[in-house]
Amino acid sequence: MLILECPCCGVTGEETEFHAGGEAHLKRHSVGSTDDQFEEYLFMRENPRGVHLERWRHNNGCGKWFHAARCTMTLEVFGTYPAQTYEPPQEIKDAISAKRPGWSWRNFS
Amino acid sequence: MSTRLKTGGRFTDGGAQLSFDFNGKKLKGVEGDTLASALLANDQMMVGRSFKYHRPRGIVASGGEEPNALFNMGGTDDFEPNQRATVTELFDGLKITSQNHWPSLEFDIGAINKHLSRFLPAGFYYKMFIHPRPLWKHVYEPFIRQSAGLGKAPRAQDRDPDTYEHFYHFTDVMVVGGGVAGLQAAYAAALTGVKVLLVEQTAHWGGRAPVDGGEVDGLPVGNYVDNLVAELSAMDNVTMRTRMMGAGVYDHGYVLGYERLRDHQPAEIGPRHRLWRIRAAQIVTATGAIERPLSFAGNDVPGVMLAGAVRDYAVNFGVSIGDRTVVVTNNDDAYRTAITLKGLGLDVPCIIDARAGGGGALAEDAKALGIRVENGKAIAKVKGTKRVTGVSLCVQAGEGAELEEIACDAVAMSGGWSPVVHLWSHCGGKLIWDEQQSHFRPDAERPPMGATGEGFVSVAGSANGHLQLAELIGDAHGAGLAAGRAAGGNAAKATIPEGAPTSENPVEPVWLMPQGAGIKLRSKTWLDYQNDVKVSDVQLAAQEGFESVEHAKRYTTLGMATDQGKLSNINGLAVLSDALGQPIPQTGTTTFRPPYTPISMGAIGGEARGKVFQPLRKTPLYEWSDTHGSDWEPVGAWRRPFAYLQPGESVHDAVNREVKNTRENLGLLDASTLGKLIVKGPDAGKFLDMLYTNMMSTLKVGKCRYGLMCSENGFLIDDGVVARLDEETFLCHTTTGGADTIHGHMEEWLQTEWWDWNVYVANVTEQFAQIAVVGPNARKVLEKLGGMDVSKEALAFMEWADGTIGGFDARVFRISFSGELSYEIAVPASQGLAFWEALIEAGEEFGAMPYGTETLHILRAEKGFIMIGDETDGTVIPQDLNLHWALSKKKEDYLGKRAHQRSHMADTDRWKLVGLETVDKSVLPDGAYAVEEGVNANGQRNMFGRVTSTYYSANLERGIAMGLVKNGPDRMGEVIEFPKTDGTIIKAKIVDPVIYDPEGAKQNV
Amino acid sequence: MSNAVSALQGAAFSDGIAEVRELGLRGMITLRGDLSDKKLIKAVKAVAGAMPEQRKIALKGDAGAAWMSLDELLLMVPHSDALGTVETLNSALNGTHFLAANVSDARAVFEVSGPYARDVMAKLAPVDFAPDAFEMGMFRRSRMAQVPAAFWMSDEDAFRVVCFRSVGEYMFDLLSVAAQTGSEVDVF
Repeated sequence: MLILECPCCGVTGEETEFHAGGEAHLKRHSVGSTDDQFEEYLFMRENPRGVHLERWRHNNGCGKWFHAARCTMTLEVFGTYPAQTYEPPQEIKDAISAKRPGWSWRNFS
Repeated sequence: MSTRLKTGGRFTDGGAQLSFDFNGKKLKGVEGDTLASALLANDQMMVGRSFKYHRPRGIVASGGEEPNALFNMGGTDDFEPNQRATVTELFDGLKITSQNHWPSLEFDIGAINKHLSRFLPAGFYYKMFIHPRPLWKHVYEPFIRQSAGLGKAPRAQDRDPDTYEHFYHFTDVMVVGGGVAGLQAAYAAALTGVKVLLVEQTAHWGGRAPVDGGEVDGLPVGNYVDNLVAELSAMDNVTMRTRMMGAGVYDHGYVLGYERLRDHQPAEIGPRHRLWRIRAAQIVTATGAIERPLSFAGNDVPGVMLAGAVRDYAVNFGVSIGDRTVVVTNNDDAYRTAITLKGLGLDVPCIIDARAGGGGALAEDAKALGIRVENGKAIAKVKGTKRVTGVSLCVQAGEGAELEEIACDAVAMSGGWSPVVHLWSHCGGKLIWDEQQSHFRPDAERPPMGATGEGFVSVAGSANGHLQLAELIGDAHGAGLAAGRAAGGNAAKATIPEGAPTSENPVEPVWLMPQGAGIKLRSKTWLDYQNDVKVSDVQLAAQEGFESVEHAKRYTTLGMATDQGKLSNINGLAVLSDALGQPIPQTGTTTFRPPYTPISMGAIGGEARGKVFQPLRKTPLYEWSDTHGSDWEPVGAWRRPFAYLQPGESVHDAVNREVKNTRENLGLLDASTLGKLIVKGPDAGKFLDMLYTNMMSTLKVGKCRYGLMCSENGFLIDDGVVARLDEETFLCHTTTGGADTIHGHMEEWLQTEWWDWNVYVANVTEQFAQIAVVGPNARKVLEKLGGMDVSKEALAFMEWADGTIGGFDARVFRISFSGELSYEIAVPASQGLAFWEALIEAGEEFGAMPYGTETLHILRAEKGFIMIGDETDGTVIPQDLNLHWALSKKKEDYLGKRAHQRSHMADTDRWKLVGLETVDKSVLPDGAYAVEEGVNANGQRNMFGRVTSTYYSANLERGIAMGLVKNGPDRMGEVIEFPKTDGTIIKAKIVDPVIYDPEGAKQNV
Repeated sequence: MSNAVSALQGAAFSDGIAEVRELGLRGMITLRGDLSDKKLIKAVKAVAGAMPEQRKIALKGDAGAAWMSLDELLLMVPHSDALGTVETLNSALNGTHFLAANVSDARAVFEVSGPYARDVMAKLAPVDFAPDAFEMGMFRRSRMAQVPAAFWMSDEDAFRVVCFRSVGEYMFDLLSVAAQTGSEVDVF
């Protein structure tokens, strides 16, 4: 059972305080998008063996959504950051690079 | 015979006499005994029958690894099967029966299986019961089920009288195991200043060391242990617990601790078990080592015991296993047993050492005591059936030709020691094969990794492969210091304790005794005592191609019993490796999974039983409804009245009465569970336009509008009435189940997509008791209570107003889910009961009656109103329900709009909502499918529709239903067929779903 | 209203290792807004007496303010003052983007007190209740067994617990079970 630090309220809590919300940094496609774009947005998900950027909600807590950079293999957590961003902040990228040199995830690396 | 010695025991000295009941016999024990030591003191060597062959089985071990001594414990309510005698502390009045025999332990019919053993090889069940196929269900399976399992299951009508609980604990360092290594590691960790939790599964500190002897820092190890315990007890940063097992290690430093509070004192008041849910920055496992049996023919005969256990019973409990004990070994440790027994005045006819070179210093000590030592020898087989009568001596290097028979009534065996690596391995710690000591031990280079990517488990003492006191004490000290520092402690200075060195000759791997034992001996040589797996079974599995250790395990069931192979795994995989002609590390081990030994279901459940099994949500009117005939219906965690039964009334009659009364007079509904979300801000209108399929931003203050919500992939997820409270504020009603999920849905979009929009949401669902006042007399009762104008002119259909009614602060919505004149009135929850009672009282002259959810459903179904969860199931879009009118064409975008443009969503063949009128006026079964000719690719009848809502309408005196039917709206008047599960068919005509008052005249008065 | 009642009408349990009591109706207001806004801070201080820091509760007599989230406070006032407080906030914050809602009746409030109050709390919430980890002035939202809850210390040996009104009975039963006789853990 994981421990995560909510970057919004600062609480470090166990997994039962949180709710996993799937992949982070999805770009919303809506009216005007092609069928392929819309399908990609709705259904196509990364399933890496390694670094993953994902969404969590501190539902038994401050109620805020945030993002976590986590290794799906070792469950190592590289860092958490607020959800109001289109890409992981530089310090998160650096933290991942320090542990997983050469990593990439979608168009981030 | 086994008996209590006059010399006394460490744990039993000075203990009061206790009595206990074994298979109806009254036996005596002493305070401090385990059930196992007490049974042995009463010469009860045979304690059960084995699983498959029903062979007599005796106690083999002295700890949690015991495979044989399992008992049914307790009477009726407190009955529990498979309790291990070796870890059960004796108490006065303890009641046990032995398992897996009929009619009695001494005479057992099932023992005939042992004569059939050559017909019951590994994989017997797979091979035997596969043909002929039809026999499986009615012959084989019932037979196997009856014979499977060890203990009896508790009776269904019995209730566990005990209570259990969880406890969350946070520590810097947790040390598992209170032997000398664990104590030393905890002490060293505590010196660094961090918080330390030390747990020991038995009732005693010190583990094996006081039994095995030796010196640390010039003190006898027993005294050294006492001093450590005293020092640790005095440290403020140390928490110590006995009778608490480290059951499992999980991700990110999560550990389950299983504390047994009342097992040894059942008369005391309080919880029986406590499951500790621990988070530790660092975990040190000082879990010791387990002695391995040796594989020789008849090694399962009662009286054959692990050498260390023989020593434990003698020293700790003053119990001798036999008068004449033969010791058989491949290492020096077993000599300690011989020396201990000799010192107690018991006879040791021979030490049989399989090593040609024999033992070291301890062997010399034994010889000096006059004990005969035979090097390079082995036991060919054990004589006796229900009790050892002798052993047949042979050469280890040979095939088992008897050199002589040695008479004895006990055999103490030692095949070497295996570190307890379970907790290290649970979360991914890797092992290495130690060639010199012939065992797997933790590989410090590959520990389990925690949240930071660093190892969070370390190992100390014999669990780390350090079997000599001189080595393990320093190892444990170092492990404790390192763990303390890794958890944020200081660099503490402490002198490393020194153990007196001993000189032992190395263990030699002996996986079969004698080395060349033939099939006859091998098929009497047990690996897994509990599941009856022999050396020959594992060899057969290898021969049949089960080369993976995981496959061989499942095929032979080796290590799959309740003891999870604590004694058998290493021996079994050594035999498998030998059969496959490969080294042991290449075969590897099976997976170690928590818990270490079984823990009670009660402890896992914790407090969650009885009235706190799960939270029940109750509205402010719950108690009133409960005392007024409510037939409760679970709606999520809520309990809502299905109907209010009057005395002597059936549920069906009550529903029919409520339906008619609400249409004709006045019905009152507790609608408090409806979700109520306040959405406020300059961008609230824009936000709601995205969430609802229809336009909400144009709603006028004071008005209500029904709205639909779709998920991003177009499916209907919720519906409800939105009221505009002021220019910036909306109140969104959701379904009962949607209150929390739609609140979450709104927060998710606001926080993760439109975070620059100025909107706040608050969930005020439970702030209000909401009561629907429904029926032709609705206005009359409100006018009687008085306080605000509820006339058509002042409060028209789909309007709301704040005011007071009968003195209550109220917000009144003119909305209707029934087709009748209807007001939904929200008052503060604290006043809900008083307001409801006022309505009931004032409404009496108008025929007011409460109604439940079934009446609500029938009334809405008569009006053709959809219900989320009935007409929708996560695959239904608004268009399927003919709700095109609620899909805004003006809005550029809303959640679901793009999805509705996908080809399948626009398919003209989608199933669409219609009404269904049964030809014979009966009620259609819920979920029934409409079928047509032909079959689909799976060979099922072709289906083209299904029933989504179906009720008996007392108003129409017939069944009414709605359903989704392919091209349904274009097939009005067509009669279609719904087969029932009994094979008969109901015919129904496709009709308009709106049956009652299609013009809406009734609700708009 | 004189006929206003709380979820459990002051139920109490005192036959165990700690005393459990429902505290009756309390005035509570959810305030969402920009917590760094001077106007908001001033308004909060005016109605609750103090402005809480992150993950803290500021108490002043019967009133108080708890930090719920980056943009949310829970203001506590006497029950009869709740509606008036919402109106006060509405006029004080007029012109800014905020939301003030009376949630007094949507909650149930309990007190767990006695030398073993920490033991009782630590049986139900996945939170460190060691005296050096959970102190007076802290405010924590988490879960207790199967329901969301928030709690803080009202005295050296006493905790206040807030949950939804609908699960008030569950919370009371839960706390009573956790406080049963003979269940002292004795680690704090």
